[in-house]
Amino acid sequence: MKEFIEGSRAVAEAVRLCKPGVISAYPITPQTHIVEELAQMVAEGSLNSQFVNVESEHSAASVVLGASATGVRAYTASSSQGILLMCEVLFNIAGMRLPLVLTCANRAISAPINIWNDQQDSISMRDAGWVQIYAENNQEAADMHFIAYRLAEDKNIMLPVMVCMDGFILTHGIETVDIPKQEEVDKFLPVYSPLYKLDTATPMTLGPLVGPDYYLETRYAIQETHKDVLTLLPKLAADFKAVFGRDYKNLLIEEYRTEGAEKVIVAMGSVCGTVKTVVDQMRAKGKKVGLLRVVSYRPFPYQEVYQALKDIPKVAVLDKSVSLGGYAPLAVEVKAACYGKKKTPKVISSFVAGLGGRDITVESIEEIYRRLTTKEVNLDFIDLKPELLKEKYGQ
Amino acid sequence: MDNKPLFIAGHTACAGCGQSLAARLVIEAAGANTIVANNTGCLEVFSTAFPESAWNVPFIHSLFENCAAVASGVEAALKFLGKKDTTNVIAQGGDGGTADIGLQALSGMWERGHDILYVCYDNEAYMNTGIQRSGLTPFATNTTTSPIAEKSFGNPRPKKPMPEIANAHGIPYVATASAGYPQDIQRKVKKAISIKGPKYIQIHVPCPLGWRHESALTIDVAKLAVETGLYPLIEYENGKLTARQIQPKPVEEYLKTQGRFKHILNNPEAIKQVQEVADRNIQKYGLRLEKSA
Repeated sequence: MKEFIEGSRAVAEAVRLCKPGVISAYPITPQTHIVEELAQMVAEGSLNSQFVNVESEHSAASVVLGASATGVRAYTASSSQGILLMCEVLFNIAGMRLPLVLTCANRAISAPINIWNDQQDSISMRDAGWVQIYAENNQEAADMHFIAYRLAEDKNIMLPVMVCMDGFILTHGIETVDIPKQEEVDKFLPVYSPLYKLDTATPMTLGPLVGPDYYLETRYAIQETHKDVLTLLPKLAADFKAVFGRDYKNLLIEEYRTEGAEKVIVAMGSVCGTVKTVVDQMRAKGKKVGLLRVVSYRPFPYQEVYQALKDIPKVAVLDKSVSLGGYAPLAVEVKAACYGKKKTPKVISSFVAGLGGRDITVESIEEIYRRLTTKEVNLDFIDLKPELLKEKYGQ
Repeated sequence: MDNKPLFIAGHTACAGCGQSLAARLVIEAAGANTIVANNTGCLEVFSTAFPESAWNVPFIHSLFENCAAVASGVEAALKFLGKKDTTNVIAQGGDGGTADIGLQALSGMWERGHDILYVCYDNEAYMNTGIQRSGLTPFATNTTTSPIAEKSFGNPRPKKPMPEIANAHGIPYVATASAGYPQDIQRKVKKAISIKGPKYIQIHVPCPLGWRHESALTIDVAKLAVETGLYPLIEYENGKLTARQIQPKPVEEYLKTQGRFKHILNNPEAIKQVQEVADRNIQKYGLRLEKSA
């Protein structure tokens, strides 16, 4: 049923339809509306779930870890500092091959403290072993939760999935979202039946000490599984379309008006909506521009990204996070995807924008297309205020 | 029920390890219908080195400080599955994982009222990493991070009062126990398991390597800690205190058994301060056995 609702509400409805047996969370802006909605559903009895209010994000992640290890579908959500506080537990969850789903309401990292959107939190967890998929709008954010559980719990995958949605822009944005029927979700997402669990009938030890004789293979296995995720995501997109009617192509990348384009912006998340608007406006004026949206950041679809970009002369990568002291995280991957190939874009320029909630406007995107010339630029910050950079301290 | 041991031989604990002894007593008392969540530490390391495991019950180790939260998730999942009434959940860790880095998660577990028994194996320092002081290291103890030198005569602070902190949470059962009193450990575990809600048992477990005593003396050393009043055996049931009575021995009898206190044996002022710790315990918990007429 189509409803005009907040993104957080849409996600909470989707999570309810996934029937998690245990939910645990700690409040942090802008994730709060999601878990408030879920707490309300549990309180009203419309969601049969154990809701565990914890004293930190570290414990929220640990509670869902324990619940998942006991064979129950579990859910948590967080943001920003909460994701960082969870960090070691997130690595642990992936290492233990527990099929958890976490919603990351993307937000900037302190200091300075800032509650607004960028993608530094989830990007900082890129090496944790989690699958990371980035939603462009609220329909996709909601739908990604059905896909996330189906993917995570696949017997050949057994990896956690982080659904990333831009804080405020999506979590607090109100859009029309089609909330599916329970029967549809049940058809797409089977009841969770774990391969291994904590069960007194069949005692087993989870999380043992593993020495040099075995550790390397555990990490290799996760790396190999990420390749399988790249194969499975397009199949899940097809299954999803068959049940729900919505077409997410391959869930790896989305190409928007890239045919014959001379300039393409590569980006992730909600900013892609703005880029599409600019692309339409510029195309209407005869400018050959397009967008490549990366949907899956982990695993990174190197092959698909390369295929989409190989004939594009000029590529701009727009990052909403930084790897301070190094190249920007999305730009690194795009360049790696094209490295060593015979046919590649002539220019791959890297732009950083929107940190700490600085609006990325239509003008910001137009500026990126303008600065995307034959001269490659790296780490070009968009919408910097030079007047704020003049003052030097300690001099 | 078969009589299969729940914590089997063949693990790699040191000779005379008080923690391995206590851990076996705890799980055997709790029984086969128990799931264990364990913090990182000696116990997890010496009992689960892949591909072997000493545990014949479901056992999960995640991280150093989160077993109370992991166990909370296990308990919540069991509730969801309708299996909680037939399954015990034990969370356990060492003194560092309990009183220092894991205290926040443990406080959360208590406050939320989970039906979980938390067991702290208190060997009074970070033994797994090589004898660094923790919040449960006693006053004047020589450890690698509270060493003996011109400006230091060991750990400057007394033990963090964990049983009091637990009791202040209003949980239904708090107890201390000792590797020197095996039957008492098992009685307390069985009692704790029979009570719904969060429970806390802190067991004094000598570490021959870290305390520097002969490995054959583990039980004797543990007993002396109780007999001097330095490790009172107490229970709080719904806040009501009962304690094991003693005819207190002077603290030197305990201190002289261990290398970690060797440096204060010729220091009357330091011994006096340790005696004051014991005397406060004796006073506070009413430990002194009154001679019957």
